[in-house]
Amino acid sequence: MSRIVEVRDLRYTYEDGTAALNGIDFELDAGEAVALLGANGSGKTTFAHHLNGILRGTGSVIIDGLPVTERNLREIRKRVGLVFQDSDNQLFMPTVLEDVAFGPMAAGMPVEDAMDRARAALDRVGLLAKANKAPWHLSAGEKKRASIAGILATDARLLVLDEPTTFLDPPGRKSLTELLAGLPQAKILITHDSAFAKELTRDAAFFDAGRIAARGPIAEIVERFNWGK
Amino acid sequence: MRHARIERWSCADSPVHRRHAAARILATLSFLVSIATFREGPIAVWPLFSALLVVAILAARLPVFALLKTAAAVLPFALCFAIVTAIAGDRRLAAQLVLRSYLSALAALWLVATTPVPELIAGLEWLRAPRFLLQVMQFLYRYLIVLMEEAAVMAQARAARAGTLRALHFRQAAGAAGVLFARSYSRAEAIHRAMLARGFDGRLPVFRRARFTLADAAFVAGCVALAAGVRTLG
Repeated sequence: MSRIVEVRDLRYTYEDGTAALNGIDFELDAGEAVALLGANGSGKTTFAHHLNGILRGTGSVIIDGLPVTERNLREIRKRVGLVFQDSDNQLFMPTVLEDVAFGPMAAGMPVEDAMDRARAALDRVGLLAKANKAPWHLSAGEKKRASIAGILATDARLLVLDEPTTFLDPPGRKSLTELLAGLPQAKILITHDSAFAKELTRDAAFFDAGRIAARGPIAEIVERFNWGK
Repeated sequence: MRHARIERWSCADSPVHRRHAAARILATLSFLVSIATFREGPIAVWPLFSALLVVAILAARLPVFALLKTAAAVLPFALCFAIVTAIAGDRRLAAQLVLRSYLSALAALWLVATTPVPELIAGLEWLRAPRFLLQVMQFLYRYLIVLMEEAAVMAQARAARAGTLRALHFRQAAGAAGVLFARSYSRAEAIHRAMLARGFDGRLPVFRRARFTLADAAFVAGCVALAAGVRTLG
């Protein structure tokens, strides 16, 4: 199985002097899933932003064999689909269809092909009927699905989901779990919801003060750090 | 909510709604230029301008009274300037100020009530408006409502803890505005990050390429002729 993520000694300090990552080593194989657990401010989201090149620290980040460098950014961003915690930040185009088609068009695809791909992605997440709606007409669960459709419309081989269950009601959470479980891409789930994580993966990494304090079976990690609900 | 009502109007169907967005923009512009350049002349021309707009509203199958009422939002501002002008001794100009502001607002409202914002942006793009301006419009359209919701949540939170909004002191109001600005700034940063993550390279893609037909050209010609005709009467 090919390696989709390989991170070595990743360090990052914010402009205000906060050391957010203090030497992260991490790897993930294609098609696998892992949950990132840990307290707020432990570095999970900062780490995720390095996988897509939004933040650039010291150390090495290799995605699907490509180092995250300025030269490879376009290709890296095609391969890594980042789903943000607040979907309103992610859905910035006037209609749902245009938003989902944004990724493929940004990658250079012609409009009609991008639209076809966007429709297919929306169909996959059960939102085709809302394609021409403005994003603010969607419920929180639908917004999350639209965000995921935006990633599926690209050739992403790695999905990074930051707090995907935030703002979701139980039915929305359930349908998101089913949707994610059916996707073949590798997944990194940043979440405080250990029950949700357990439904999608058996592997977890626990972040503490910018380091991975432990990695292993999710049940063990949850018990060891008393992280269950 | 007002924006939802206008959006509902803009998605309706009528002979006006079926015209190319650029045609509606040009029609509105011709009307605005006509009333902006009309200074000296019989006061009776203003009812003609008003009648033109009412006919346009009826042709678009929009509720006349609702639009007239919504456009009245501009009156308090126009009246302030009109009162100052009247006190300065120019009553005619004061009256024109109010009429011009109100009819301009009504014309702009007619345009947005017949044109969904994405179509409006596409129409402006067709007319070769600067892309940067269109991107700003697009983001305003998308996030103004989000910010309005955030402001509403803040107002609710404040009211829940400290009574009615009427009791809001100036210092607190300034503080709340500051918080809203900080939230907006933080959201802007988050949106920019999300855009970068999805491959944004400084240009938003263009999706709509509707055809400008002969019927659209005839519509524009008719509207320009009517607006210019009334203007010339004056």
